[in-house]
Amino acid sequence: MVHRERSLYQTILITRAPNQLCLQFSVRENQRNQSCLDPRSPKRMVFTYTRMMMAGLLLNPQPRTVLVAGLGGGTLPTAFAELLPQATVHVVEIDPAVVAAARRFFGFETSERMRVHTSDARVFVKRALRREQRYDLVLLDAFGGDYIPEHLTTAEFLAETRQLLTPDGALVANTFSTSRLYHHESETYRAVFGLFFNFKTPLSNNRIVLAKNGPLPPKAVLRANAGAWRERLKPYDVPIRRFPALLSLEVDWDTSKRVLTDQYAPANLLRDE
Amino acid sequence: MSKQLLVSVLAFGGGFCIMSLELLGGRILAPWFGGSIYVWGSIITIFMLSLSIGYLLGGRLSVRVPTLAKFGTIFVAAAAILYPTVHLAEPMMEWTFERIEDPRYGSLAASSMLFVAPTVVLGAISPYAVRLLVREREESGKVAGTLYFVSTVGSALGTLATSFYFVLWFEIDSIVSGLSGTLLVLGLAAIAARSWDRVA
Repeated sequence: MVHRERSLYQTILITRAPNQLCLQFSVRENQRNQSCLDPRSPKRMVFTYTRMMMAGLLLNPQPRTVLVAGLGGGTLPTAFAELLPQATVHVVEIDPAVVAAARRFFGFETSERMRVHTSDARVFVKRALRREQRYDLVLLDAFGGDYIPEHLTTAEFLAETRQLLTPDGALVANTFSTSRLYHHESETYRAVFGLFFNFKTPLSNNRIVLAKNGPLPPKAVLRANAGAWRERLKPYDVPIRRFPALLSLEVDWDTSKRVLTDQYAPANLLRDE
Repeated sequence: MSKQLLVSVLAFGGGFCIMSLELLGGRILAPWFGGSIYVWGSIITIFMLSLSIGYLLGGRLSVRVPTLAKFGTIFVAAAAILYPTVHLAEPMMEWTFERIEDPRYGSLAASSMLFVAPTVVLGAISPYAVRLLVREREESGKVAGTLYFVSTVGSALGTLATSFYFVLWFEIDSIVSGLSGTLLVLGLAAIAARSWDRVA
């Protein structure tokens, strides 16, 4: 263990294994690594779910504005800033201690085109809408710790986030693939976006939702985008060419489950049952 | 049923509703002000301040000719003030959100608008209940202790029931309406039992 800190929202643990530096949000060590870095090849993405989230580039291959909710070690925003030299990347993170840890241990740097807002994502999205800010790509990765922020699981929040997208904008959300919550979340995304791509692999317990403001692109377009990004994503260890075949439109959940709303969002209870 | 039991049941119900509402406050504010620690800070501050004012008012109200009917009226008033928040919460929070950029003061202002009035009225219950049941000076501490016990157990169960079960079974607005309905029924029960005032 390199560093341990109790912030206002969680316990932040920085641990070092032989080839890995990791950031965790948990009281117990070796539980749900949040974000890891291999210091010898810092670009390489250690986690399957992080690699899966790069599939957002299949839905919008050249985003100029990217919003990432949930900083962690800064893996995703850093990758997007490197891969898209013309793009502006905004990060919204509730916990100032996470921002400090990402800077101190993971070499996360802000700049003109990489801004971090220390704020609740829901509040940030509402303010951004009033400023008429729009994003080509929004990544929701704020569900990592032991507690799910329930106001970020609701149909109202997703509808607000959808409004924040440009006409061709895409949303990528890291969600849970197990427990009753899976059915409720799936119904909620369907209520807001209609069709969406469901992205699961046996390698990860995470399910990535990929949705668009406009219609979803056909498989041929996904494959073309994958081909275009393949080489540039190699240093990140993202096997993007395999992704299009894994994006599913199949409804594999119980459609009788209730949509999560600001009125009804017991996400933590539904996950644990 | 004795007057003592009736007043205790009402004190229990008051305690239950106060904490249930406080817990829901976090969920009501979250869509506009987030889940940051200061949102909870705002809610708890407003509840504590409102209860303290309620204690003061309830105590004053109880000085002259305390009756079950007046006691019940406190509950009916709380129910009547609480119910409209179901419909007013959204426009009020939006109004605040538009005017106050800083979510700390935004959540403080919104919790004031939503929760001061019902919580002040609910705060009046405890001291009034003490006054209704105290007959001798010697037993005043015992009566107060028993009522604090009952209403605080009510608060504990209100917290538990709301956070473990109600939010899983019902919508927030339904729970708030249910609390309002419960307060109304309790108040009407006390008003209906006003003939017991003479029994003491």
